Amino acid sequence: MDDLRRVSTATNPDSEAYGFTPDRPVTTIAIPAPPTRPEKPEGLSVVGKSLPKVDAYVKVTGSLKYADDIVLARTVFGRMVRSPHAHARIERVNVERARALPGVVAVVTGDEIPVLYGHLPSSPDETALAIDKVRYVGEPVVAVIAEDELTAEEALELVEVEYEPLDSVMSIEDGLRDDLNKIHEDSRKRANIHKEVHLEFGPVAEGFAGADRIFEDEYFFDGNTHAPLEQHSVLANCELDGKITIWSSTQNPHYLHRVMASVLGMPASRLRIVACPVGGGFGAKTDVFNHEVVAAYASRKLGRPVKFTLTREEVFYAHRGRHPVLMKLRTGVLRDGTITAVKLDTWLDGGAFSSYGVASTYYTGALLPVTYKIPAFTFNGVRVFTNKPPCGPKRGHGTPQPRFAFECQLDKIADELGLDAAEYRRRIAVEPYSTTANQLRITSCGLDQCIEAVNTRGGYSAKHGKLPYGKGIGIAASAYITGAGMPIYRNAMPHSGAIVKVDRSGGVTVFCGVSDCGQGSTHMLATVVAEALGVDIMDVQVFMADTDLTPVDLGSYSSRVTFMAGNAARYAAESVREKLAAVAGPKLGIPPERCGFARRRVFDRDDPGHGLPLLEVFQLAEAHYGTLAGVGSYTPPEGIKGDFKGAGVGPSPAYTYSACVAEVDVDAETGEVRVERIVLAHDCGRALNPAVVEGQIEGSVYMALGEILMERSEYRGDLHKYPNLLEYKTLMSVDMPVIETIIIETDDIEGPYGAKEVGQGALLPVIPAVANAVADAVGVRINANPLTPWAVLKALEEKRTASKAGHASGAASREGAELP
Amino acid sequence: MSEPGRKILVSLRVNGSDIECAIVPSKTLLEVLREDLGLTGTKHGCELGHCGACTVLIDGQPTLACLTLTLECEGREIRTIEGLAGDGELHPLQQAFVETGAAQCGYCTGGILMTASALLERKADPSDQEIRSALAGNLCRCTGYVKIIDAVALAARRMNGAA
Ligand code: FES
Ligand code: FES
Repeated sequence: MDDLRRVSTATNPDSEAYGFTPDRPVTTIAIPAPPTRPEKPEGLSVVGKSLPKVDAYVKVTGSLKYADDIVLARTVFGRMVRSPHAHARIERVNVERARALPGVVAVVTGDEIPVLYGHLPSSPDETALAIDKVRYVGEPVVAVIAEDELTAEEALELVEVEYEPLDSVMSIEDGLRDDLNKIHEDSRKRANIHKEVHLEFGPVAEGFAGADRIFEDEYFFDGNTHAPLEQHSVLANCELDGKITIWSSTQNPHYLHRVMASVLGMPASRLRIVACPVGGGFGAKTDVFNHEVVAAYASRKLGRPVKFTLTREEVFYAHRGRHPVLMKLRTGVLRDGTITAVKLDTWLDGGAFSSYGVASTYYTGALLPVTYKIPAFTFNGVRVFTNKPPCGPKRGHGTPQPRFAFECQLDKIADELGLDAAEYRRRIAVEPYSTTANQLRITSCGLDQCIEAVNTRGGYSAKHGKLPYGKGIGIAASAYITGAGMPIYRNAMPHSGAIVKVDRSGGVTVFCGVSDCGQGSTHMLATVVAEALGVDIMDVQVFMADTDLTPVDLGSYSSRVTFMAGNAARYAAESVREKLAAVAGPKLGIPPERCGFARRRVFDRDDPGHGLPLLEVFQLAEAHYGTLAGVGSYTPPEGIKGDFKGAGVGPSPAYTYSACVAEVDVDAETGEVRVERIVLAHDCGRALNPAVVEGQIEGSVYMALGEILMERSEYRGDLHKYPNLLEYKTLMSVDMPVIETIIIETDDIEGPYGAKEVGQGALLPVIPAVANAVADAVGVRINANPLTPWAVLKALEEKRTASKAGHASGAASREGAELP
Repeated sequence: MSEPGRKILVSLRVNGSDIECAIVPSKTLLEVLREDLGLTGTKHGCELGHCGACTVLIDGQPTLACLTLTLECEGREIRTIEGLAGDGELHPLQQAFVETGAAQCGYCTGGILMTASALLERKADPSDQEIRSALAGNLCRCTGYVKIIDAVALAARRMNGAA
């Protein structure tokens, strides 16, 4: 691109404002020039309209087929024997009685599928079924497959497994202690450490030395889980020619394809993965799961379709949910609040396996500098293995925890320096087209507008500190990636591909490997293609997430779908459009570039009344060129990533921004926190469909409120305290506050029609905004979530005791939390 | 007494049709609908009565199919999401869900539509609070309920001829 300006942080005046210059060479990062509006010259006719989703009809009629809705003749059903121990050696497995039960067709044990796998190629440590030892309660040990589920269930009881229990490791503190059992005995790391990260950017020591005030606090963010309403399900069918098709409730068919081929030791071309419409993902279905591998293996063994559907309890054990993270945050500021340096230490409780853990560890630090100007930043992250179900990516992956800590501390800083927390945040907000201390490239950025919008609508500055005791208002802001800039395995190929085919019927079909977990990928593809070709959105058929039919897309994770698959689909449609214009132009007597496409017509942009029906143009083009199809690919641009080890996590082709104002009512007698109103502004670049964007924001607010008020993965000894939807508290319709959403459009120059992400980023500011509102309401800062009545009462009690003893009100920290 | 696991014949009335089928007596209505009758629009999220995904109407009452024994349903009128639309016309609730974007992943949608349809039968003009209370047993992890509540209110207005 020749319109790139070269900007380097070394010449960024901000980094010299404190009388020091960066002490290490900083990579020069290519920043694109500020945008012109990235749209069609003839104007938009589909994008920006709240049209009904193309897949809404099959959803409201109950006809959409999710994985567990698919049945094939002769299907057999699997169940898994799971470990009752958090940590134990498997001494003996006897499956003979189970095998002998009439109706049982196969029993599978760990040694039959010994290949290690893991979502990240760098840390494979799982097997389909446990071999030698078990590492969490609920880990699958033996699989039983029978003619019907009832028989399989009965056979589970007949499997005999003898265990030699080992000491369990159930907390971060235990995981760091050397004297305990190693969960992964072959690990060369100390104690139960899985991953350690140390990064430093900019002049940290000078930054702290030059600060007027240094704030240091400890925070703890407890783990919770996605609890998608659909329980994971898979159906695998090995045909007699040996080809296996796997229908699964997966968000990531491509990665599943790769892992499955290696675990089963067969060419990927003989395996077909179909990601069914997912009944809620939020990250829960991004990993490769035991039941998926076992189903495929057993189907190959039996030559029959094999189905596994997890029970709700098993979904809690499959987990891959939010990491509990312990955080130490140190921030240096000048008298006016300007940040001079930040030091963040995080300890992640990873559960029993690696999963996405290396990325999760980096993510607890990587995005911190993307929100506010932080000239110097140091980050140390440690992930430990514990004997709990593995943690992984949940909406916001690794970033809600430090965002909670940072926004709560920022609120405290504003308080102590006597600053208006909204205006303060605006003053230190990152600028569009700038580079962060950790070498991330920021392009479009609506952070300032977001904060201003929620402050204006929510009345934060007017109300904060002025509401009666028990009522409070809080604010917070955040940033998130629009797709991971690097693939999970190193390669130079596109991150997303699409094919668009049109034909004489007037119909348009788009093929793209991306999956839909409810966030609206199907509708997004239809929108982008309908816009480019000028057809009605219902003219577009969408085929997704089928490794035989659709070009590769890396999956529904990291909020990458709209940006990456959307661009791929747009390019594919535009390449077809060029051919259509090439035949329509001469027919209309105008240069092809002047052809406009909208409302099923091709017309002269300078004289819109002069045009042709699109159907006629399709037919002319098919006659002229033969079969009409276009392909498109998306690869993130070069130069969005720094040059240090670990630079692969954090870069994204664009970042989204959010701000939130929360109003709460706290009952100081009972400790109950009721959120009364949420105002949330989100910079999504451009809303391709405003109703869908609002829906994503509302869902993010809902999930965030669960995390700050009640949701928690808690253990009693080695056992999950409540692996069910009754006691795992979530918000129901009666608990929801008023949510006001504000969409901020910044027209990202690289996004499809200017769009960025919305599915995850909007969750981030809600959690600290509520915590800050509680602090405003009752005058205590609670540095741990969730803010249950007990936590609030305890904090109030501590405050009373402290003020009796003559101390200033202290921060309530997690019970027994001792920082290593 | 018949052997457990041995199938017996039951007659059911589902979405207006009389159906006779052989089932294992211990099977819940949820299992029979999905597995024996192929009506997979009724979903499951827990099979313990916690989530509402399996809600169907039995004699017009929202009922959790996962907690209902099929044998109890003989002679009663069962309505599932597949039977909500009539004569090729979406039910006003379905239409409102489509228009407002109230179905994200769509997995809770069937159960919520059945619950809401019973509410609107009972109460033509429910308040916001009445809608929320009626849906209090239906978990949705995607939407934050905002557009669901809007959609129910919109459908109610339309059914009253107000919109
Ligand atoms: S499946 Fe019946 S209530 Fe959850
Ligand atoms: S739309 Fe997904 S659970 Fe409600």
